[in-house]
Amino acid sequence: MRTQVLIIGGGVSGTGLARDLALRGVACVLAEKRDINAGASGGNHGLLHSGARYVASDPAAARECRSENRRLKKLAAHCIEDAGGLFVAVAGDDERYIAEFPSLCSRCGISARPLPPDEARAMEPALAENVIAAFAVDDATIDPFKLSLDNIASALRSGGRLLRHHQVVGFDINAGRIRSARLRDVLTGRSRRVEADLVVNAAGAWAGQVAALAGATVAMRYSKGSLLVTQSRIAHRVLNRLRPPGNGDILVPGGTVSILGTTSERVASPDAIRPEIHELDAIIAEGAAMVPLLASTRYIRAYCGVRPLLGDANSPDDRSDRNVSRGFVLIDHERQPEKLANLITVTGGKLTTYRLMAEKAGDMVCGKLALESPCRTRLETLPDTVEARWTEPGLAPRLWLRRDDPEDDLLCECEMVPQSAVEEIVRGLRRQGGRPGLTAIGLRSRVGKGPCQGTFCSQRVTARLCDRRHLGDQEGVVELRAFLRERWRGQQPLLWDESLAQAELLEAMHCGFFGLELGAPPPGDP
Amino acid sequence: MNGEDRSETCDVMIVGAGMAGMAAALFAAQRGLTVVQIGLAGEINFASGMLDLLAVHPVAAGRVWADPWAAMARLCADEPQHPYARLTPAAIHEAMSGFMGFLERTGYPYVTHGTTNLEMITPAGTVKTTYAVPHTMRHGTRALADGRPCLLVDFNGLKGYSARQIAMGLAPRWPSLRTVRLDFPGIGGELYPERMARSLELADARRKLARAIQPHLGDAAAVGLPAVLSVSSTLQALADLQDALRVPVFEIPTMLPAVTGLRLREGCEQHLPAMGVRAHYQQRVLRVRHLPEGGWLFDAGDQAVARRIRSRAAILCSGRFFSHGLHAERTGIRETIFGLPVTQPARRSDWHHWDLLHAPGHPINRAGVPVDSRFRPVDDSSQPVYPDLFAAGSILAHQDWVRQKCGSGLAIATAWGAVGACQAFID
Ligand SMILES: Cc1cc2nc3c(=O)[nH]c(=O)nc-3n(C[C@H](O)[C@H](O)[C@H](O)COP(=O)(O)OP(=O)(O)OC[C@H]3O[C@@H](n4cnc5c(N)ncnc54)[C@H](O)[C@@H]3O)c2cc1C
Ligand SMILES: Cc1cc2nc3c(=O)[nH]c(=O)nc-3n(C[C@H](O)[C@H](O)[C@H](O)COP(=O)(O)OP(=O)(O)OC[C@H]3O[C@@H](n4cnc5c(N)ncnc54)[C@H](O)[C@@H]3O)c2cc1C
Repeated sequence: MRTQVLIIGGGVSGTGLARDLALRGVACVLAEKRDINAGASGGNHGLLHSGARYVASDPAAARECRSENRRLKKLAAHCIEDAGGLFVAVAGDDERYIAEFPSLCSRCGISARPLPPDEARAMEPALAENVIAAFAVDDATIDPFKLSLDNIASALRSGGRLLRHHQVVGFDINAGRIRSARLRDVLTGRSRRVEADLVVNAAGAWAGQVAALAGATVAMRYSKGSLLVTQSRIAHRVLNRLRPPGNGDILVPGGTVSILGTTSERVASPDAIRPEIHELDAIIAEGAAMVPLLASTRYIRAYCGVRPLLGDANSPDDRSDRNVSRGFVLIDHERQPEKLANLITVTGGKLTTYRLMAEKAGDMVCGKLALESPCRTRLETLPDTVEARWTEPGLAPRLWLRRDDPEDDLLCECEMVPQSAVEEIVRGLRRQGGRPGLTAIGLRSRVGKGPCQGTFCSQRVTARLCDRRHLGDQEGVVELRAFLRERWRGQQPLLWDESLAQAELLEAMHCGFFGLELGAPPPGDP
Repeated sequence: MNGEDRSETCDVMIVGAGMAGMAAALFAAQRGLTVVQIGLAGEINFASGMLDLLAVHPVAAGRVWADPWAAMARLCADEPQHPYARLTPAAIHEAMSGFMGFLERTGYPYVTHGTTNLEMITPAGTVKTTYAVPHTMRHGTRALADGRPCLLVDFNGLKGYSARQIAMGLAPRWPSLRTVRLDFPGIGGELYPERMARSLELADARRKLARAIQPHLGDAAAVGLPAVLSVSSTLQALADLQDALRVPVFEIPTMLPAVTGLRLREGCEQHLPAMGVRAHYQQRVLRVRHLPEGGWLFDAGDQAVARRIRSRAAILCSGRFFSHGLHAERTGIRETIFGLPVTQPARRSDWHHWDLLHAPGHPINRAGVPVDSRFRPVDDSSQPVYPDLFAAGSILAHQDWVRQKCGSGLAIATAWGAVGACQAFID
């Protein structure tokens, strides 16, 4: 396979760059070792930062957030809920930080309107009684799945190509140039080569590993953050604790739920991470200081991601990871010791600044390929594509009720996802190549996200996929296992009370009855 | 609660109406004890209807045994605290045949493969090793064993059941499976197994079904259908279909909750009271008090107290978390009715493994109520908490029925053991 640009990594940076380049008329192939948003882009808080969180630690990143926040609210409005946000301090929080906050904000051009504590509590009744200071900011929430799925769908419409489940495992380098990249299809084990004029490493926290394949160095440190999803939405706005960033200090609404996070824990590798019980207990305890209900509410899921932070992985201090720059880096490896003429790395940054990262990386690509092709994503609206539409809570039931087709069975009864929606997702996946498996459908829809935890919908969707021959012999069981395992990672730390009763039913059916554990390969082994 | 008429006395109170509670009520009534039984029979709807005795040991190795009795000997040697180790093989055998004899009298006989396990098909296209299956599945286990050409039928609108999924899953070992999808006679739109089964109580509906299948028979030496061949007249329904199609017909269980569980429930609900069991299948125990002179006083009802039962002894068969016999808070696990000690992992972080399919299973599944050799719940120093309280079924500690594939067998056998000990106490 030949292309102008090979992009490595299907997170928000890679998919954003794919669209940016495709709109400039540059041919590109995006290779992703798992699926869209398998990395940090699928394991984050979904907060479209106003920038206020970083005014003290990283004013440059704060300014970037501010301007991209404004731009995305116009250009990607369908992915965003403009909920607004509050910064609140409770009794005992650092008075100095509170006092300096307004001037730090104004220095970065970030609006922070002071609110009397009573007013803040009237706006957000879930806040603790001992609020001592509050400011209103322009925070919003963003659906990172819809965002990346729209970006890649738009890129594909403009001629881009996507290789899901393709891991870059090596490069053929000759005379200071990457001639081709070696890819492995992780589902089939087959290898293939992609020849490209230029390679962009947009592998997030894996950027160091990918660079190393080319003999280059990008120092990354892996900072894991875990988050918790509540059963129902606890606040209207984003609630930030007004203090230097720490554990459990942001509560972000997301449709019908709220998401509480995060932690910051150094991990040895960005792979094989999972939310752990001690982290979740710590987040709940911290969060409850700002929103007391968090101590007793029901949680339905936990998840985590690894922040792509720049810096030496061996530097000792865990706490300092909170202070590492949230700005992004763009590296032209021609100017690095390895002197590779056609490799670029773009990593670090935020979800909030993904488009800016893509723009700057796109400019560098065009510069290096000597193309006169200005960025279009800074002005053009991100299209609202059918490929991305089913991630939205409530959409599937709305359309299903409107269509009122008695033949269109609901495969996921909790979230009311009908077979027509599943079929549409499968068609989209087919266009993007690769097998339309259960996990891939889960990523693109609400399937498995309701209170049954996937007990019933997993088998119903699998039955459907087999019926339609979307899966081959034996693949049904493989898909069921992979999907249930993936869901379980997020459920397992939160199993008490009714969630535990539900988990017991899940295991009784899938292990007790179906025997899925017997002969199962080790986890993560497709 | 009003008046004396809502007060009852009995020898033994059975708390729970799952497999263990039903078996305990049966065995106690057979032994001539006076029995009151309280519990929601709905939980049995979730049981698959296959009677597992023991198929996997040790679970960490995933070793599947064809001979459950050999497996049992090994299990009891390796895990002397396992509830099975409190019983002799002869007693377990007697319990199983006793329960199956009862099911036969309800008109729903079960079949075994002599003393060995048999294999049956699941709706996920996997093969399950179990001890006994309803008679409706007999030909399925045979066809699976000899791999003869079969036709698997499924229906438009029956979600989560795909003949093709089953055939695809079994393809390597059973390549001669064919599938066909039909409209279910007489019912359109989304199909529910219970409704389909109720419709097949009528001979006319069975004829229509046979007629719909007939043209697709081809070389099929047997026909497999989802388990909907009536709720209460399976013998007749199966015979009618086989007569019409002239080949053996068998059922494959559907996703849960399924008709195969419903049949057990209805069989018990109808026949246990006829044997003298005073059953209240819409109620739960709300409160219990141990009497100073010995014996128990129970308050039972739906929401409010509707009756009071005084019993000389009690058998606790209240199941695990799903049935609310056990309850877990963030800080620990408790038994919900008597406040009994619960054997459990030291910390919540030890409850589950992060991999759902982790071979050794999840430690929380071995949590539960520890008992002595007479099935009396014991305290930390292994002393019985009460002389007149016994426990049976999945609430017991030191077993993992899900992974060991011993759910029904454990429920039935421990019910047998608990009833025996209870009777000895009363005498
Ligand atoms: C806990 C947490 C909370 C966060 N909250 C927010 C927030 O609220 N707001 C915000 O703006 N930002 C937030 N962020 C930051 C934001 O999520 C990330 O900056 C952003 O998602 C990074 O995107 P990316 O595409 O660069 O990296 P990733 O999304 O990690 O994408 C990298 C991709 O590369 C793939 N890959 C790796 N190696 C290979 C290979 N060899 N071949 C092929 N593919 C490969 C991976 O599978 C992965 O999909 C948060 C991050 C974390 C961890
Ligand atoms: C999804 C699923 C699949 C299964 N598959 C198989 C299988 O393939 N093979 C097999 O052999 N077995 C299977 N089983 C059945 C299982 O083996 C038995 O249900 C299990 O052993 C539990 O039996 P039990 O009677 O101890 O508890 P349960 O069946 O859980 O019954 C507990 C009873 O106690 C009652 N109870 C709880 N609290 C109170 C109270 N306060 N007052 C009064 N009553 C109370 C409940 O209402 C219920 O009736 C399956 C079960 C499930 C759920």
